[in-house]
Amino acid sequence: MTGTPPPAPAESGRPRERLDGPAKVAGRAPYAYEQPVEDPLFLFPVRSTIARGRVRWVDTEEAEAVPGVVAVLTHLNAPRLASRDDLELWVLQDDEVRHHGQFVGAVIAGTPEVARHAASLVKVEYQREWHDVVLRADHPERYRPDHVNPSFDTDTSHGDVDGALADAAATVDQTYRTPVQHHVPMEPHTTVVRWPGAADLGAVAMYDSNQGVSPIRKVLAPLLDLDPEQLWIHSPHVGGAFGSKASPKAHHVLTALAARLVPGRPVKCALTRQQMFGNAGHRTPTIQRVRLGADRRGRLTAIAHDVVEHTARFKEFAEQTAVATRTMYAAEHRRTTHRLVPLDVPAPVIMRAPGEAPGMFALESAMDELAVALGMDPVELRIRNEPDADPESGLPFSTRHLARCLREGATRFGWADRPPAGQGRRDGDWLVGVGMAASTYPLFPQQGSRARIRALPDGRRQVEIAASDLGTGTWTALTQIAADALAVPAEAVDLVIGDSALPATVGAGGSSGLSIWGTTVVAAARAFRDRHGDDPPAGAEVVGELPENTAVGRYALHAFGAQFAEVRVDAVTGEIRVPRMVGVFDVGRVINPRTARSQLMGGMTMGLSMALHEESVVDPRFGHVVNGDYAGYHIPTNADVGDIDVSWLDEPDPLYNPMGSKGIGEIGIVGTAAAVANAVWHATGVRVRDVPITPDRLLGRHR
Amino acid sequence: MEAEIRLRVDGTTHTLRVDTRTSLLDALRDRLGNTSPKKGCDHGQCGSCTVLLDGRRITSCLALAVSHDGAEVTTADGLAPGDTLHPVQRAFLDQDAFQCGYCTPGQVCSVVGMLAEATDGRPSHVTGELTGPVQLTDEEIRERLSGNLCRCGAYVNIVAAVRQTLAEEAP
Ligand code: FES
Ligand code: FES
Repeated sequence: MTGTPPPAPAESGRPRERLDGPAKVAGRAPYAYEQPVEDPLFLFPVRSTIARGRVRWVDTEEAEAVPGVVAVLTHLNAPRLASRDDLELWVLQDDEVRHHGQFVGAVIAGTPEVARHAASLVKVEYQREWHDVVLRADHPERYRPDHVNPSFDTDTSHGDVDGALADAAATVDQTYRTPVQHHVPMEPHTTVVRWPGAADLGAVAMYDSNQGVSPIRKVLAPLLDLDPEQLWIHSPHVGGAFGSKASPKAHHVLTALAARLVPGRPVKCALTRQQMFGNAGHRTPTIQRVRLGADRRGRLTAIAHDVVEHTARFKEFAEQTAVATRTMYAAEHRRTTHRLVPLDVPAPVIMRAPGEAPGMFALESAMDELAVALGMDPVELRIRNEPDADPESGLPFSTRHLARCLREGATRFGWADRPPAGQGRRDGDWLVGVGMAASTYPLFPQQGSRARIRALPDGRRQVEIAASDLGTGTWTALTQIAADALAVPAEAVDLVIGDSALPATVGAGGSSGLSIWGTTVVAAARAFRDRHGDDPPAGAEVVGELPENTAVGRYALHAFGAQFAEVRVDAVTGEIRVPRMVGVFDVGRVINPRTARSQLMGGMTMGLSMALHEESVVDPRFGHVVNGDYAGYHIPTNADVGDIDVSWLDEPDPLYNPMGSKGIGEIGIVGTAAAVANAVWHATGVRVRDVPITPDRLLGRHR
Repeated sequence: MEAEIRLRVDGTTHTLRVDTRTSLLDALRDRLGNTSPKKGCDHGQCGSCTVLLDGRRITSCLALAVSHDGAEVTTADGLAPGDTLHPVQRAFLDQDAFQCGYCTPGQVCSVVGMLAEATDGRPSHVTGELTGPVQLTDEEIRERLSGNLCRCGAYVNIVAAVRQTLAEEAP
């Protein structure tokens, strides 16, 4: 990677308006369902009404008799799949039911109304087996996974935690809980598949809503017994995802199987909002015991974080809930553990800040409790426990500006003016309190990414990479990175993303999308300029590859942040309001301040949502989510959100990537729920250790 | 059962036969190919499908197409004839009042409808004085837009976009 040094960035750091914005505000940007296809059929799934057992028989006669029905799929007539490796994707291949809501059939018809009606006429009789969907810390089937997502050690242990706790001047030993949560992106999971007709030699076409066409194709193509180039996936605009669209889901397979039965006709499948609660992934509930010990001056001596969470019996996913705890604070004696309970639930998946979001709720709540026990300012307690190097690996941090985030956040928030701990403030019927918490999110190393750069006849540059924009601003920010790397104005860059015919890359996830795609594009741009100079002939072309990040393994690479919240609790009704929040983040260089601010604010809003609203209630008798729609699964409305003040330190981290950016997709949600819960304690004197904090938790208990 | 209806959508009149179970939203999206209104829930819970029906904002997933024979429908697409954005759309861009954009056409229509309601003096849940002109405070804006969910969490910027629109309209 030698050659001309990049010029001072002209685009990075500029609050450029979203390039896809005009189309989005008019509703003209086509999402998956909206891609123009000819003569489509519509699919509606039939879902199991039991959590575990077998399909004894299916009667499709009545459904098939409905005018307009083209086919009814069941496990008896569905085309065969090529691999049984992933049972979540083993759709209609056997009679086994592994979770409530599993697809046991589907109807395809000429209109959506007919498909839906006919699906309701498919009769399925089950042989029901005993099931269990309830997470308990002492569950007899609880086990230790080999590693936690994606490849962290399951357990860690240093020193003698029990001994240190026994000797500590102040201790905390509490259990915190987080519920099942669902991503509920506003655009439901949608896919449209056209199997080529007998006369055409083209590829299978899939218009899809996903976080990365390359990783989705990598799994689906072999499963459908296709070569990669026989499956073309197009996903230029995605209506939110938050982890739920990172990996292929059963509806992809179901729709592809249906399409195979009707070659030449596109089959459209959009999950209903209700189906999203059984077929689109969820975040595992967690039970977390946190123990902290400190000396009189507030130096932590012991940190222990023991997690129990669930996984599907048929597919393991081990959320890395205690991993952030390994890096946050210095303490000589430390331990973290993860245990899984296999249940008859749909497969849990990553959801915005998997691990950090639930884990830091527990750790940062416990830190607040420790500050109270010590009679210390919680901001000061955290600063006092800043480690010199990563406590877990011993590696130096590439950059770690947590203390500055805490101090700047405290100033912006007016932390110094708060009433003393445990005394809140009263304003009429309102109990007013403030709270804070720290945030962190690690670098998520990824490999395998390529980009192509081509000189167009009019002197512009086309930049091609199979990246995705989930609302994250990729269309704009990656264009800006390319412009800087190619030393051309952003207006001279044509970015093409969201298509599997482009050079393959990683999906959006782990706050690493823009980091990886940007690094790849910078590498391609350098190679392009080395080979063709800055006045390239039309058609000049280079494919560049993601270089290895040599800082990984030599440095601890993490983003940090500090979150502050004010809450008001109605002493009569228990209603909880959050009039203002402040977040200050150490996220390296920000490529586009306008879209970055939105993304961080969106993360904090989702953290507020985790604190006060989100909980999927699973019925133990049937194994389904009882409150599975937007009326029952609450997310904040406009009236639930107050002022959010987002800022960041201007501290590029060149060890992350050539842009110096650390990634911003997830850190905004980390710590927010703890900041709110800590503020609720300050306002009311009630310590709530499981979210969401609903009014009933406070009524009659507040001071 | 099917029925023939006439809809005027974004200035163009269409005559179509629809299944009587077809929602106005599905008629627009699946039958007329106008995918500006989005389907987020199909149950009146999210507001993504908001359009202006004879000038008033409605959730089109809760309206049956057959009950609106002869109606005039405006979608966010129709608010921007050619490439000229409506001032509310311009403000959404200026304030970055969206991320994924899936709730956005509904938010935009909702804001346009809401501004008209306020001008008409219609009170909301948080309006103190029920008669007389409505002052669109932040609290009023937030309340009046709470039928439009945004999972990306763009609310702070949506309120800013409304404020910008109001400031531009001010004499
Ligand atoms: S789709 Fe109509 S309100 Fe959600
Ligand atoms: S912008 Fe994504 S849901 Fe509102």
